Amino acid sequence: MSNIFYTLNVNGEDHQVADAWAGESLLWVLRERLGFPGAKNACEEGECGSCSVQIGEEVVCSCLVLAGSAIDQEITTIEGLSPEGELGDVQQAFIDAGAVQCGFCTPGLLVTIGHLLEKNENPDDLTVREAISGNLCRCTGYGRILEAVQMAAASRRGEKRE
Amino acid sequence: MKRYKWQLLLGGVKNVSDLETKIPVSGFRIGDSAPRPDGIPKVKGTFAFSSDLWHEKMLWGGTLRSPYSAARINKLDTTEALLIDGVHAVLTHEDVPGKKVYGLEYADQPVMAADLVRYEGEPVAIVAANHPEVVRRALAAIKVEYEEIVPLTDPELAESTEPIHPDGNVIRKINLLHGDQEVQGDIQVEGIYEVGMQDQAFLGPESGLAVPGEDGGVDLYVSTQWLHADRRQVASCLGLNEEDVRITLAGVGGAFGAREDLSLHVHLCMLAMRTNRPVKIIYSREESFHGHVHRHPAKMWYRHHADMKGNLLRVEARVLLDGGAYASSSAAVVANATCFAAGPYQIPSANIEGIAVRTNNPPCGAMRGFGAVQTCMGHEAQMDKLAAALNIDPVQIRLDNALKTGDKLLTGQVITGTAPVDEVIRTCAEHVSSYRASSDLMSLPGGAGRTTDPKHISRGEAIAVGFKNLMFSEGFDDFSSAVCQLEDGVATITCACAEVGQGFVTLAQQITREVLGVEEVILAPAATETVGSAGSTSASRQTWMSGGAVQKACEEVRVQLLKRLAEEHEIDTENLVLVEGQVLSLTGDFSIELKVATAEPLEARVEYRHAPTFPLDENGQGDAHVSFAFSAHRAVVDVDPELGLVKVVELVTSQDVGRLLNPLQAVGQLEGGAAQGLGLAVMEEVLVTEGNIRNASFTDYLIPTSLDMPPVEIAALIEQSEPGAPFGAKGIGEPPSISSTAAVVAAIRAATDLELARVPVRFTDIVSVEESS
Repeated sequence: MSNIFYTLNVNGEDHQVADAWAGESLLWVLRERLGFPGAKNACEEGECGSCSVQIGEEVVCSCLVLAGSAIDQEITTIEGLSPEGELGDVQQAFIDAGAVQCGFCTPGLLVTIGHLLEKNENPDDLTVREAISGNLCRCTGYGRILEAVQMAAASRRGEKRE
Repeated sequence: MKRYKWQLLLGGVKNVSDLETKIPVSGFRIGDSAPRPDGIPKVKGTFAFSSDLWHEKMLWGGTLRSPYSAARINKLDTTEALLIDGVHAVLTHEDVPGKKVYGLEYADQPVMAADLVRYEGEPVAIVAANHPEVVRRALAAIKVEYEEIVPLTDPELAESTEPIHPDGNVIRKINLLHGDQEVQGDIQVEGIYEVGMQDQAFLGPESGLAVPGEDGGVDLYVSTQWLHADRRQVASCLGLNEEDVRITLAGVGGAFGAREDLSLHVHLCMLAMRTNRPVKIIYSREESFHGHVHRHPAKMWYRHHADMKGNLLRVEARVLLDGGAYASSSAAVVANATCFAAGPYQIPSANIEGIAVRTNNPPCGAMRGFGAVQTCMGHEAQMDKLAAALNIDPVQIRLDNALKTGDKLLTGQVITGTAPVDEVIRTCAEHVSSYRASSDLMSLPGGAGRTTDPKHISRGEAIAVGFKNLMFSEGFDDFSSAVCQLEDGVATITCACAEVGQGFVTLAQQITREVLGVEEVILAPAATETVGSAGSTSASRQTWMSGGAVQKACEEVRVQLLKRLAEEHEIDTENLVLVEGQVLSLTGDFSIELKVATAEPLEARVEYRHAPTFPLDENGQGDAHVSFAFSAHRAVVDVDPELGLVKVVELVTSQDVGRLLNPLQAVGQLEGGAAQGLGLAVMEEVLVTEGNIRNASFTDYLIPTSLDMPPVEIAALIEQSEPGAPFGAKGIGEPPSISSTAAVVAAIRAATDLELARVPVRFTDIVSVEESS
């Protein structure tokens, strides 16, 4: 296996990838080479969304991105959502609404929902369902997750949800 | 590279998740919606699942699996694989140091195949190498010469076919005979039903890290449901004493029954011990479909007898479960399917044959609902048939026959605990839904395809009721263990209960606060080294069993503390209460900070057992179970009969919960369980042809998305305190998956007037498709 060297920008910092195989996915490099295990590996074929990260303005399945193709782009992972240790509003809403059970889908959902609420602070139920339909959750049946999104959206609008 | 994970491992705390569960959450006691102690690391992405474990020196492992469902292995050559640069070990059945077979109930499954493979995906060889890609190349370089055998794939033929395993093709057969066998009903309805193979489809793939010990033992960090049962099997296969195999729970990404059996456990330990390096394995999703047991496919025949008023007189049934190649927990699953075959109804006479057989299909075992899911689909279809034949309302016929406390089950056992079947049915049926269907085309059957004409939609609604046992049955010595330490006013609980997402960690803290009046409760890692078995996180049993163990340990510490205070302060402890970090006298003449009173630590180590159960006799009769939980679902579906498309638009449920310990977590269990039941009704099936799985991926095996799931409205959580249960609480995990499937398929029947005797319902079951030549 021939080995390559490159730099990835993750959560605002440059990280050196050394002595790597060119065939590695962004998910694998983030998790196993750079110490960002927050993105998860449930299907590794772009169906479950548990590996979701943001590249530039887009949310992508990092399992389908060749790591080397993400050079010179801004990559944001779940670890970048609460860099100072303080929880973001969606993270807090997930806890308050009971949206976390096993938690394996949680990082991917938080990346997806963060992206949704950046663009739309008042999404209706169907909009949210459509936005997260690429993120599978096996524990919750989605009820508490949908509730968490509406709680976070309401608080961004300055409203308090019943 | 960051090395923080291994530093934590070396620091005595075995993984990141355990560290972060030390975050105290104050004030929340029994009955409160306490937040999960692992919630913060989970939303930050720092919670360490078993697939996240990492060690600087670790190798990657992988498994070579049989491409055939039945074959003889004539030659197995690992020479070329061993020559590949970066490969550290290639092991086969010859390298298994101890017993060559394992199993949860019966040791009948090879660690790796020797001369025969009995299912597609059976492990044949394992590899450790420096990179997953090298592992893949090494696996491809192993030469295996197979001689294919005609597989036994029809469970109906298993009994009459030459055994495919030395233990025979019948795993267990139960002939349950109850009451007067001569009874005949004035009206009889009959049906044949089928349930497809469902996958648990947890999101976190099988994964773990094994670290060789300097003492000749091994440390295994793995996601599992039952640490001590794993240890017993792993030690036996490794030829080690149990104390030399130390297993610690790593973060579990869902389980639902699929982690009750071993998967990669022995392989990881063998590779680590052979290479003297830590070894990590993560299954791919495709491998996961082959690497764990599934829900048993079932074929069921029923004949219900009733009088003309709809009173059930007798049920005859035959339930055939396909256990696949190895036994797993099939014997217990078929017992449940038999005992609960006719549903939560009072039935004076029954003849039920339950049989689990061995075939060359994928092995089946535990999945949420455990035998009661399959039969619920059958008995509820029968109840609807009976209601239709007699022109009685389907809800009324269920109410008229509902089980209650003091009634006998088909096993002759009298229900001594609570059985609010009437209340469960009534509240579910009477609930007025607040849901209003969206007019958006996305909400119609077919969803984003926007293929359905709203004018063609046919709506159906139906109700179903189900039940099952809580905890282990048939005389099994079912117990859990816990340790409570109280020092400086802080309680530390040690329990090997596997947290798989269900929220036991939350309850353990709530129970401890309730009993000891402490604020801070630390949960020590779940591990085999520090505490005895907690039993399995299955059978809706941990709230009762490990909850009971934690309660008992805390109670004992409380007694020790009061005794100490009585001696030190010469006071009467009768009037002392522990509340908000203080010990107070009700008479107001004594108080002491708990922190001060426990400067010298106290400790209690306990085992907790439920009331004994007894084996079934030769007629399937006996007091085999401890307690039962009941649920009902009402489903509303929209069907496009021309295209065969189904959209479940609403689910309403009521459930018997004993007592609610954490309302928010209870809602999560009810919603999540209903989603899995909906999946089995309309989309989820492991497709198997000639023993080969055709859809081992999330591209081809579909589970409900947020667009497939309707809102789940909870009509009622029936709280009737269960005698003998800690805090009166019943386990709540499984019932949501039992009656939901039956309700959804019944609603599709109501919308289409079709018999639909099989789940999942496929579009071809609704639309007749002409075979084109």
